[in-house]
Amino acid sequence: MKLDAERLRADFPILSTLARGRPLVFLDSAASAQKPRAVLDAMQRFYETSYANVHRGVYELSERATQAFEGVRTKIAGFIGAAEAREIVFVRGTTEAINLVAHGLARTTLGPGDEVLITELEHHSNIVPWQMACQERGAKLRVVGIDDRGDLMLEELDKLLGPRTKMLALAHVSNALGTVNPVREIVKLAHERGVPVLLDGAQAVPHQKLDVRALDCDFYAFSSHKLFGPTGVGVLYGRADALSALPPYQGGGDMILSVRFEETTYQGIPHKFEAGTPDIAGVIGLGAAIDYLSVIGLDAIAAHEHELLRYAGEQLARVPGLRRIGTAREQAAVISFVLEGVHAHDVGTVLDQHGIAVRTGHHCAQPVMERYGVPATVRASFALYNTKLDVDALVRGLDHVRKVFA
Amino acid sequence: MSDLRDLYQSVILDHNKSPRNLRRPADANRSAEGRNPLCGDRLTVFLTVENGVVKDAAFEGSGCAISTASASLMTEGVKGRREEEVFKLFDGFHRLLTSDPASPVEDAGLGKLTVFSGVREFPVRVKCATLAWHTLRAALQGSGLPATTE
Repeated sequence: MKLDAERLRADFPILSTLARGRPLVFLDSAASAQKPRAVLDAMQRFYETSYANVHRGVYELSERATQAFEGVRTKIAGFIGAAEAREIVFVRGTTEAINLVAHGLARTTLGPGDEVLITELEHHSNIVPWQMACQERGAKLRVVGIDDRGDLMLEELDKLLGPRTKMLALAHVSNALGTVNPVREIVKLAHERGVPVLLDGAQAVPHQKLDVRALDCDFYAFSSHKLFGPTGVGVLYGRADALSALPPYQGGGDMILSVRFEETTYQGIPHKFEAGTPDIAGVIGLGAAIDYLSVIGLDAIAAHEHELLRYAGEQLARVPGLRRIGTAREQAAVISFVLEGVHAHDVGTVLDQHGIAVRTGHHCAQPVMERYGVPATVRASFALYNTKLDVDALVRGLDHVRKVFA
Repeated sequence: MSDLRDLYQSVILDHNKSPRNLRRPADANRSAEGRNPLCGDRLTVFLTVENGVVKDAAFEGSGCAISTASASLMTEGVKGRREEEVFKLFDGFHRLLTSDPASPVEDAGLGKLTVFSGVREFPVRVKCATLAWHTLRAALQGSGLPATTE
């Protein structure tokens, strides 16, 4: 079914507000998506009617909160195609999910001379945790390059997957360039060499249907806030055996079976990774966001965004001096570009005066910027609530930028 | 759009287009690198200091219009001044940019540098204007550490 973005916009209260006195044109969903009323209401309702700490009380309210909380775990498992709910670990966000796995790898498998393989496309959150793990264990971080279009060099990946590779960690979709990596092929290749794979799905989950079992990845990480849910919640999916092999990440309440000063026995997955009181209402909000998206349908969302991307590509190509950064074979709803003679931040400031929100800077992906020899780019990203009118506003805004800096 | 004209005054646009002192002097005896982690911009400031006087000031690097123009106007403004005066200028410039946008613009010997008063209206851009100055201070203090706007 075709998606009616005009109608959906009414579900997002913030889209009817003004920015710098003008109707908000929000083109920065890749940084964080706006929230539909359904999510805001679900959280408010939960606090008003069902809130208590989870996994603790014997009273009715705590039971209800626990059921709602665990219900979302089951819902997420279904949403991403996981085999079991216990393969879903609640964390603070993609960053924490990756840190959890990197930390565990450093404490179990990684040793001197071992290697962790990442790519040139990665967000800093999929670089730095591995760098830290490697430093700690005397292991080596190796990097698969990208070509001029922003596609991964698969032959290089093939060569770098060696006998010492203990993990391959890569983005499903690049945040800076929008490149959609052929992750199914890549996972197959890695598994043939016995290398586990973590996919950073922060930019992928809001835009396309996900099936972690079809992808056959060992770990998959994503954030609620990019999925129209609240901030402060993220998900680490791990295949049951892969998760079980990792040690706990943080110690505390709720992750234990018994505690004595001599020795503590940990819970099984997922609870051994969930020390302390989680962001309960945040998880409820994420559940509501998934319900919201499921009604619209990820396929309809993907089709809508694809059409926007095509239209934006066409319109932006007419802007003199505009150069796209990243033109991968398959691209998500992200367009990164530079304007000749004008720094990205100046573009952003002028667009802001038109009520247009775009991301400007290095997008937490400095190696990508270095690869293209630019300090920063302008990034426009699209979500289900964007329309062609937003693209037209962007093009008009860019005309004004060119006038200011003529 | 009047705010935009306050920010991008013609002097700033001019110095962005044709930055002055964009070079690496052979006889520079002080230098420092500055980084703005927000945008990834980097610049290097070179100074030739003799008997406590800044004889020459120049910079290399590229950044946004605000940071380029600021570096350009700064190098013009500090040439021929004593080190103490330069530190005073730094303080005055910093005060100007972090003052309440509604308050009157204090000259405090800043002269031409007051064209940056419009930046006050754009808090996220203040660091663009001060990067060159932080770097200049680091070069004078000779700490050898890269300066940042943080």
